[in-house]
Amino acid sequence: MKVTITVNGKETSAEVEDRTLLVHYLRDVLNLTATNIGCDTTTCGACTVLLDGESVKSCTVLAAQADGREVTTVEGLAGEDGTMHPVQKAFHEQHGLQCGFCTPGMVMATVSLLKENPRPTEEQVRAGLEGNLCRCTGYHNIVKAVLAAAEETA
Amino acid sequence: MIPATFTYRRAESVDEAIELAGQYGDDAKFLAGGHSLLPLMKLRLAQPEVLVDIGRLRDLSYIRDEGDHVAIGALTRHHDLATSELLAEQLPLLRYAAGTIGDPQVRHRGTIGGSLAHSDPAADLPAAVLVLEATLVARGPSGTREIPATEFFVDRFESALEPGELLTEIRVPKPASRGWSFQKFTKRAIDWAIVGVAVQGDKVGLVNMHEKPVRATAVEEALASGASIQEAAERAADGLSPNSDVHASAEYRAQLARVLVRRGLEEAASRA
Repeated sequence: MKVTITVNGKETSAEVEDRTLLVHYLRDVLNLTATNIGCDTTTCGACTVLLDGESVKSCTVLAAQADGREVTTVEGLAGEDGTMHPVQKAFHEQHGLQCGFCTPGMVMATVSLLKENPRPTEEQVRAGLEGNLCRCTGYHNIVKAVLAAAEETA
Repeated sequence: MIPATFTYRRAESVDEAIELAGQYGDDAKFLAGGHSLLPLMKLRLAQPEVLVDIGRLRDLSYIRDEGDHVAIGALTRHHDLATSELLAEQLPLLRYAAGTIGDPQVRHRGTIGGSLAHSDPAADLPAAVLVLEATLVARGPSGTREIPATEFFVDRFESALEPGELLTEIRVPKPASRGWSFQKFTKRAIDWAIVGVAVQGDKVGLVNMHEKPVRATAVEEALASGASIQEAAERAADGLSPNSDVHASAEYRAQLARVLVRRGLEEAASRA
């Protein structure tokens, strides 16, 4: 089937198998490989992207379900001139990453969380990132980064 | 993992969804948010030949106050339930239970209709609609019918829906008895409940304690005959056959059910 998906503000289109998952469309068709595949079972959150502005796990969404809609990946956050998004900047400054594998998903989940709740408490940040696992167990600085980003943007 | 091949068809209306499902018969499955179905398809535990995508039927996504009951469209997402002001006022049990499902990403996709139709004894919402004594509205080729929640869950992953029938609305009566509680015992935040308990007034529902979503009838009967919360809770596992699995043995689940039912009834009483 043919799908047309606006990804990071640009319209993309391709002929794909009906069973194509959104994460494979992003990585294999568009070559946007920042979105990682971790568990592939809707658990770890490494593949988190925004679908019409809300966080989803792209390993559990069909490309067909995103047809005609807007997807944002971590590649789409920074400005044209490379200026980091406030959430990216906060992860950078607060050292909110260790190996970096979970980071694209963490950042996208954070963007969605702060959109729904611009001034979360630490507890709300931890609950809001329940769907994202960091196997370096670097949660402490990730939470600090989210709180710093909230401070910066609210 | 990628699901086995299937044909994707998108329905633009409820009528078209029912027509498409009728056309493909047993080979077709409805796709709502896909958060129960797609994981099963990736594991080859489900291999439908056709998916009829109903995810764009926005007219099935609503939460409305209908006077004596609240009407909820089957495509209403867990996120919408968990953030609804109407539910906060009228059905706090359902709102709270929806907010404990999975994680924010899952709640952005999963729907109440999909979760109920999936009829998973480990899911949270079936226990909630059982104790709320909801009525489920289904549409099929031969018209609309209403199914009481207590008759909807037939077996593990089997509901009372006929092939080609689409769950369209959940009607939840406003509870006369306001006390409620939802207890969910998990290892990690995003896990399924090892055991869960939903309480509304003197009705008690159980998550993951039998081959299908059930009410704790022994507990309800004990309460009705004047037993104390402590005494009634002791009967939480009576007549039920919980699973033994990697997370817990059947005996552990039975004990957990007795503890959680007691906590649930106490919390509900404190809110009544």
